[in-house]
Amino acid sequence: MSKLSRDAVLKLADLSRLKLTAEEIERFREELSAILDFVEMLDKVDVKGLEPTYQVTGLKNVMREDKPRDYQAKPVDLLKGAPAIEKNQFKVKRVL
Amino acid sequence: MDSWPAIDDMAAGVQKAELRAVDLVKRSLEKIDKSKEYDALISINKEGALERAEAIDKRVAKGEKIGKLAGVPFIAKDNFLTLSGKTTAASNMLKPFEAPYQATAINKLEAEGAICVAKANLDAFAHGSSTENSDFFVTKNPHDKTRVPGGSSGGSAAAVALSMVPFALGTDTGGSIRLPAAFSGVVGYKPTYGLVSRSGVVAMASSTDVIGPLSRTVDDAALILEVMSGPDELDSTTISRDKKPYNDLLPQIRGQKVGIIKEYFDEGLEPGVRQVVDDAIKKLKSAGADVSEVSLPSLPLALAVYYIICPAEVSSNLARYDGQRYGHFAKEARTLQDSYKLAREQGFGLEAKRRIMIGAHVLSSGYYDAYYKKAQTVRTKIIKEFEAAFLKYDFLVGPTSPTTAFKIGEKTSDPLKMYLVDIMTVAANISGVPAISIPAGMSDNLPVGFQIIGPQNSDRKLLAMAKAFEGLK
Repeated sequence: MSKLSRDAVLKLADLSRLKLTAEEIERFREELSAILDFVEMLDKVDVKGLEPTYQVTGLKNVMREDKPRDYQAKPVDLLKGAPAIEKNQFKVKRVL
Repeated sequence: MDSWPAIDDMAAGVQKAELRAVDLVKRSLEKIDKSKEYDALISINKEGALERAEAIDKRVAKGEKIGKLAGVPFIAKDNFLTLSGKTTAASNMLKPFEAPYQATAINKLEAEGAICVAKANLDAFAHGSSTENSDFFVTKNPHDKTRVPGGSSGGSAAAVALSMVPFALGTDTGGSIRLPAAFSGVVGYKPTYGLVSRSGVVAMASSTDVIGPLSRTVDDAALILEVMSGPDELDSTTISRDKKPYNDLLPQIRGQKVGIIKEYFDEGLEPGVRQVVDDAIKKLKSAGADVSEVSLPSLPLALAVYYIICPAEVSSNLARYDGQRYGHFAKEARTLQDSYKLAREQGFGLEAKRRIMIGAHVLSSGYYDAYYKKAQTVRTKIIKEFEAAFLKYDFLVGPTSPTTAFKIGEKTSDPLKMYLVDIMTVAANISGVPAISIPAGMSDNLPVGFQIIGPQNSDRKLLAMAKAFEGLK
């Protein structure tokens, strides 16, 4: 595969909510391309008749009763690491 | 006394008041103090650990029963959430993070009387094979300070090798317990997927992440599994376990069918490692094991499968670090979008960024089928080859790693070279099977690990085999 374009890296960074430095953009063009080249070996593998495996032990739809439980973490503990809170809620920067 | 007694003996000693928990913790703290130059630890919980130890000794004096790990000190990899101190995952992103709750594994160990004395270094978010990806500092190999201890549970492996504690906790997503165990010369055990709850452990790749012990002996590893395993409603991937203990091991080699994995003995294997592993296999044969070579032709694909699945799951799991609720945040950001992007740019190291972006790529529409779905389908092919092999063999064996510990800095300039370090460990993760690395000897004064792999849920049998192997030396 050819090297990822600058735009392709910037698109991935945007999808990943990363603001890359100019140096990182060039670096990742090389490195991400090399990694994608490496995994290309799977292209030729014959997988006729096989289904993908997403869960290895065969568990499916594990249910539990939908009721509140006493939990170790209290609301005050969950809020203490936030940069800004107001009325017991997380406060974020302006959207626009 | 340089090394620790067996864990069950220690706990029994504390329970009978022949040993004091306070002395065990003090001994651990002294050893930690003497081994600073190896940079194995991120934080030490001195006061908290001594307080817990005193409380345990007082309870013993009152005649109370403490538990299977009474007074036994341990170290947790710093991606286990603990209520005391910080939980950083060796990342700038979580550098200020104080966990509001504790990992189930830690709760279970503490309920049996174990005492967490420190948190160990790792590759940030467990992304790596050497601990060089730690955002803070590099841990040194206890056998040679110019070399890496392996990773990502490198701090945990070094801590056990340096006798700071009798056991440490690690996580193994692609080999992160077994590889540092091999490089540092300790036992490293990856249980069957789902056997130990991961609630309260910083998630990396959820379809392969497991928790396990690093220890001096197989018996100690088995006891820790006995305490930690079992279903947990806080981790819906946990599987049920039977009532039989895991630590009541009957070592047996005679008559066991052992398959030598052909693909792990190709030209990439270092001659010194080959020598030690060949000797180990000879010992198994002389002890009466029925040994022959077995081929799993798709194994050379396992690493490529892993480096699609793992980044895909990483990109999803690390999306939670948004700079809004906990962890690093960007003070200077003016808009919501900026506050996400800046916090993540500043909080994540290069390897986390690489994996997040590769993950975003392989999961994006247009590429999903070619990369992600294809990898998950080749995964099925590998699982089927394991299943076929386990119809004929009780265990599969080979080296844990093609080389011994490499030099610090040797592989940091090329991420792909670092990925290749995991070539012999990832297959067990993508198949969910248990595997263990046991010290098998030395090559040029560096430890070599011998890997034994069993089918899913064969943990008890696998540990018994590992114990028997350990006894052969």
